[in-house]
Amino acid sequence: MSTVAVAEAPGALRRGSTRGGAGMVLDSAYAAALFLGTFLGVLALGLLLWTVYDQGWDRLATDPGAFFGNFVSRFPARAGIKAALYGTAWLMGLTALFSFPVGVGAAVYLEEFAPKNRVTNFVEANIANLAGVPSVVYGILGLGVFVRFMGMGPSLLAGGLTLGVMSLPLIIIAAREALRAVPSSIRLAAYALGATPWQTVRHHVLPAAMPGTMTGVILSLSRAIGETAPLLVIGASVAIFNTPDDVRDPFSALPVLIFNWTGRPQPAFAEAAAAASIVLLAMLLAMNAVAIFVRNRFTTRW
Amino acid sequence: MAIPPQAPDLDIARRRSRPGERFVVGMLLLCAVVSVLVTVGIVAVLASEAARFFAKVPLFDFLTGTRWAPLGGQIEAGDFGVLPLLNGSLMIAAGALLVGVPLGLATAIYLSEYARPRVRGVIKPVLEILAGIPTVVVGFFALNFVTPTLLRPIFGDDRVFIFNAAAGAIAVGLMILPIIASISEDAMRAVPQALREAGLGMGATKRVVSLRVVLPAALSGIAASVILGVSRAVGETMAVTIAAGNTPNLTTNFFESIQTLTAYIAQTVGGEAAAGSLRYQSLFAVGATLFVITLAMNLLSIRLVRRYRQVYQ
Repeated sequence: MSTVAVAEAPGALRRGSTRGGAGMVLDSAYAAALFLGTFLGVLALGLLLWTVYDQGWDRLATDPGAFFGNFVSRFPARAGIKAALYGTAWLMGLTALFSFPVGVGAAVYLEEFAPKNRVTNFVEANIANLAGVPSVVYGILGLGVFVRFMGMGPSLLAGGLTLGVMSLPLIIIAAREALRAVPSSIRLAAYALGATPWQTVRHHVLPAAMPGTMTGVILSLSRAIGETAPLLVIGASVAIFNTPDDVRDPFSALPVLIFNWTGRPQPAFAEAAAAASIVLLAMLLAMNAVAIFVRNRFTTRW
Repeated sequence: MAIPPQAPDLDIARRRSRPGERFVVGMLLLCAVVSVLVTVGIVAVLASEAARFFAKVPLFDFLTGTRWAPLGGQIEAGDFGVLPLLNGSLMIAAGALLVGVPLGLATAIYLSEYARPRVRGVIKPVLEILAGIPTVVVGFFALNFVTPTLLRPIFGDDRVFIFNAAAGAIAVGLMILPIIASISEDAMRAVPQALREAGLGMGATKRVVSLRVVLPAALSGIAASVILGVSRAVGETMAVTIAAGNTPNLTTNFFESIQTLTAYIAQTVGGEAAAGSLRYQSLFAVGATLFVITLAMNLLSIRLVRRYRQVYQ
């Protein structure tokens, strides 16, 4: 019986499959290659972080007060990131202000209220496609619609809306997953007590899904904050010598500043770019830590 | 009530609402419609400005021209053949695949078939961090490490330009590695355990099972991840703008400076393109080209992912 089974096994399976001999060497080599491939990816990340640290730490640590408190300068030693830091903070707030309510609203509609029909299918397919549109194309959208058509100019508002629109699909996808994780027994229990669909969502489903949603929102925001291309396209500047106090003000942002400094020939500017990169990476790391904390601390296990 | 007790109606959209709740649901619908408006906005902006561009530069010349040399300012002249830019984008994509596919697949197979849970628990977050590094920082790394410390010592300073396609491709390859690894791993983990056990039961080793059972069974998911990787590589902007240069160049030499579709957009907006000029409109023509390429690949990738989900779930 067993010999028959072996005889009928596809040749592909039998070839080199016996334990011992050449097969065993191949097996070990294969496992080693897999491990090496995985390790190379980790190594690349390590080299990247080390390069940024190595080139930027001295610049950051020597005079942090000046680096954080100065505006940009044509002298690398005097150049600081103040305007970019403020711009990035404003952008983060504006992006969240737009993309959080709209994204969660869309997710709630699609997950809790949308009828199963072709329109809903179309909206869903559309969101999946939007998630894959390159960020630079969102910049072109922002340039055409917000900056020119709506006349906002290269302002904080235009930047925040552009990044908000860009993060929208990611937030919708994350919020939908969080909503889907809420068991239907919660909904049925609310209905059984006479709650209307909206009451059910408002008082039970949404609060239960909030930690997962917040995690997704924070991660999407951290993506948006690191984006350079859309801001470059809508016209973010680096030559800003005051902190913004209105959404109509022109703005700078950390990634845009890093790009500008990286492109300059003086090595001192490369060091400043690395120092600014450390600040940006620290901000993203902090946001990720908050997201993980929210996920672990507040998520209900059903 | 019309709802029969044996089959409770779970479609809550049709249940009775209080007055005012229709309004709330209407607002939620509006949020969902915004996402459609975004698509409409993208297409409208790209199409309207690109149409003005193609009124001056014939579409055929754009698609087949081998020289991309727009003149600055308001001058309505220059060569607008997109092939050098397209060539640049394809070189970056090809180079990125050369880096991202072997490493990404090795990682996926290792995580799905070999790694113990604790090792998985370390490597997955590391890959997520790698995926979350801002592209401008990856570009900095490519320009300040990959080219001077890796490429130039190996291949020679005289052969490798300061700005070169290889550094950009390696940087983009590192960016698509986590995407390929995570989607491929999902696909491999979706392969039923019974298939592996059948293979092992017939005397096949882990290597043979992973290569001849798991890999073929997860092929559509792996293909989806690779296509998505190409789409990301073509759409990637900052790393290539920083490291691969801004020289439209119809070449196959990875050590030369090139320019991609995305880099042209990033470089031109920062420059002197005045609104209404041919150069300004060319941004939208290039953007439309980019949008069409990435959209086609994303659609294909989504379709492939759906296929493997259907097979095993």
